[in-house]
Amino acid sequence: MTVDSTAARKPRRGSSKRAGAKTRAAAPGEPELVQLLTPEGERVEHPDYSIDLTAEELRGLYRDMVLTRRFDAEATTLQRQGELGLWASLLGQEAAQIGSGRATRADDYVFPTYREHGVAWCRGVDPTNLLGMFRGVNHGGWDPNENNFHLYTIVIGSQALHATGYAMGVAKDGADSAVIAYFGDGASSQGDVAEAFTFSAVYNAPVVFFCQNNQWAISEPTERQTRVPLYQRAQGYGFPGVRVDGNDVLAVLAVTKAALERARTGQGPMLIEAFTYRMGAHTTSDDPTKYRRDEERELWEAKDPILRLRTYLDREGLADEAFFAALETEADALAKRVRDAVRTMPDPDNMVIFENIYADGHALVDEERAQFAAYQASFAEESN
Amino acid sequence: MTASTANDQRFREFKMPDVGEGLTEAEILKWYVAVGDTVADGQVVCEVETAKAAVELPIPFDGVVHELRFDEGTTVDVGTAIISVDTNPGAGPAGAAPEAAPAAARAAATAAEPEPETGGRQAVLVGYGAAPSSTKRRARKPQPGAASSVAAAVQAELNGHTAPVAPVAPVAPAAPITPVTPVAPEPALGGLALASASGGRPLAKPPVRKLAKDLGVDLATVTPTGADGVVTREDVHAALAAASAPTAASPAPLASGAVAEAAPGAEAASGAGALVSRETRIPVKGVRKATAQAMVASAFTAPHVTEFVTVDVTRTMKLVQKLKTDPDMAGLRVNPLLLVAKALLVAIKRNPDVNAAWDEENQEIVRKDYVNLGIAAATPRGLIVPNIKEAQAKTLPELSRALGDLVATAREGRTSPADMSGGTVTITNVGVFGIDTGTPILNPGESAILAFGAVKLQPWVHKGKVKPRQVTTLALSFDHRLVDGELGSKVLADVAAVLENPQRLITWG
Repeated sequence: MTVDSTAARKPRRGSSKRAGAKTRAAAPGEPELVQLLTPEGERVEHPDYSIDLTAEELRGLYRDMVLTRRFDAEATTLQRQGELGLWASLLGQEAAQIGSGRATRADDYVFPTYREHGVAWCRGVDPTNLLGMFRGVNHGGWDPNENNFHLYTIVIGSQALHATGYAMGVAKDGADSAVIAYFGDGASSQGDVAEAFTFSAVYNAPVVFFCQNNQWAISEPTERQTRVPLYQRAQGYGFPGVRVDGNDVLAVLAVTKAALERARTGQGPMLIEAFTYRMGAHTTSDDPTKYRRDEERELWEAKDPILRLRTYLDREGLADEAFFAALETEADALAKRVRDAVRTMPDPDNMVIFENIYADGHALVDEERAQFAAYQASFAEESN
Repeated sequence: MTASTANDQRFREFKMPDVGEGLTEAEILKWYVAVGDTVADGQVVCEVETAKAAVELPIPFDGVVHELRFDEGTTVDVGTAIISVDTNPGAGPAGAAPEAAPAAARAAATAAEPEPETGGRQAVLVGYGAAPSSTKRRARKPQPGAASSVAAAVQAELNGHTAPVAPVAPVAPAAPITPVTPVAPEPALGGLALASASGGRPLAKPPVRKLAKDLGVDLATVTPTGADGVVTREDVHAALAAASAPTAASPAPLASGAVAEAAPGAEAASGAGALVSRETRIPVKGVRKATAQAMVASAFTAPHVTEFVTVDVTRTMKLVQKLKTDPDMAGLRVNPLLLVAKALLVAIKRNPDVNAAWDEENQEIVRKDYVNLGIAAATPRGLIVPNIKEAQAKTLPELSRALGDLVATAREGRTSPADMSGGTVTITNVGVFGIDTGTPILNPGESAILAFGAVKLQPWVHKGKVKPRQVTTLALSFDHRLVDGELGSKVLADVAAVLENPQRLITWG
């Protein structure tokens, strides 16, 4: 299901009627979702969204997903070795993140949750930077404005408001950039997200809400979050929503590009529900076998995002064995680089906590810094 | 971090990580590798179960498995090395490590290793880490091997050496040791001891705790001088100085003998505290504590009203003098207080509603048809209020005798709890201190208290002329929930009237 631009321009009259018609056209009980590459690796067309990529671009998407998955696995391993305090794995969501991340332009601004490792990769954030926070040696180790990639947000859903506010600012500046806010199915129940929807719609803010519905909010299934498919929530706020196969990197790329283009051209916000699956645990502190069945996971393994693109590349002869072998080597090298970087990360100086608070400093922070320095010094002054 | 080196870079240990944000232990469910297996960095070597999840642990080194430190089924503290890997197996036989040492001995060796210098806790990335415990090798599912390993580990710790220990007969796994809050002072520093009034952990900032630890001073024995009872750096130094100079810690007499009697330990500690401070800290306990609680309870539950009357008691004073020579009062103490007590009893007889109590629980006013007359007494132990039972039925000699006994018993500190309970009304004789009057606080459970001020010779209009007269001021506090101003005033006026003209003892009594 989708809503075309005509409907979006007249959200009050058109969208609900058209959306309703499209939904009824879908198979009973299963809302339509935009798909360009089937789980079997077959290229299909969609009336509203299309994409035409070169072999190199397709290989690029494949490489992004493989390297992201490898990096993610390495981070999980490092946590199990005691090198990270926590890790939130993106396993299974590579297509949703790479597809949407590659749809963004350099001047667009991204507001992630804490799981957008693939998007960070697309934005050019060094993977090792992501790990500092999970090791506890920094509060987010990158300059958000360097890659227009905001710091990871742990609070559920609050970044939807940040993104909306930023997008309203973009509109006031008259820039043609777009903003994309990531969140999950669990966050869709948050008041912050509802407020962001309201404000973005009313102010026609150039923001795309990218919801990765990975079916589980920790141990809470999606059916406990909503009575309607999440993408349909957008109707009530007055902007279009669409469900895309979140394990289809081509469809995600096409849909996100279209949504960002809408935003850039002043047509306001849009909600994308990337229908995907969290293959792993919520975080390394979680044990999903306690609340979900293995059968469910097996069902989704058949829809694996990397596997289906690999099948497609193989079948169409768009990549050779040398490419895959080289990629394997590259992944190993990335894993080693990440491993070595994490294990040698220096502990930060205690006083760093007073940095990056106020741009021009603040008397109270100065006072607290001095107080803390004296306190630290009091440990050392004794010599008996 | 966890992949620290053991003896050299060749043999490296992998320590149990905290895999779930603040966990302290995990049980080894299964080993996937055996001694001699080649492993690679990132290879899963075992499965462990924590309070949160069962997870697989990947080893962080390349090499050959040298030792598996624990059997499957063993619960291991986070931060404890569980496996060691020979990272340079081509370097020849591993002579440094025992090849076939019993598991128990290996465990013992590990147990006896000094803790890393992290303040006794293992550094982990989340939470405070696992505190070193005596339950390190406690098996969740007791196995003979694991049990003997516990015994051996404990034995090795007791012996303080790392030599392999002969297997000890299997014992039950060591039970977790519950920390016992010290209640009795431990004279760790030459008799310098203070019973912590709260019985809890002494308060001190982390740098001070570290200082005390470094200097070997038990914080529980240090007298705090900081705000809110916090032990300061100076206190620790003072405690150490006092301990090293025994004379400085010898008990110094305190101003209040009552405290000395009740808490000799506190006295000594306070004396030591005086070395660094001109404040003396006296633990609140015993009579003081009871008094404080009673006064707070009374003052903040019963709305007090206090009325005053100044009265010419010249005739009463003359009567006191006469009674002293009365044969019926021979051998008995006659003083103004006795007549004030009699006057109050007469006033209560005329206004029985004042002799009552407020029963909050049952929402009733309990009027008493007996008078247990309390007398506030300053004693070496502090303020106590024993009462004279059935005072309303006593003749003056009987009342005098009861009063004398009451005071004597109180001064000797032998007043029993029964003597102090069941009072219905109280007199406080502040006049003996030369004070005119006060606004007394009700003894809990009573509705009136009479303060008897000093009797002084004052100019007074008597029969139309200003004359020197014996004058005193009476104050009556009453519980305004059940005693209205009219009733309270009548009682006080009656007492004053009797004292002004004691003839009324006959006409009203």
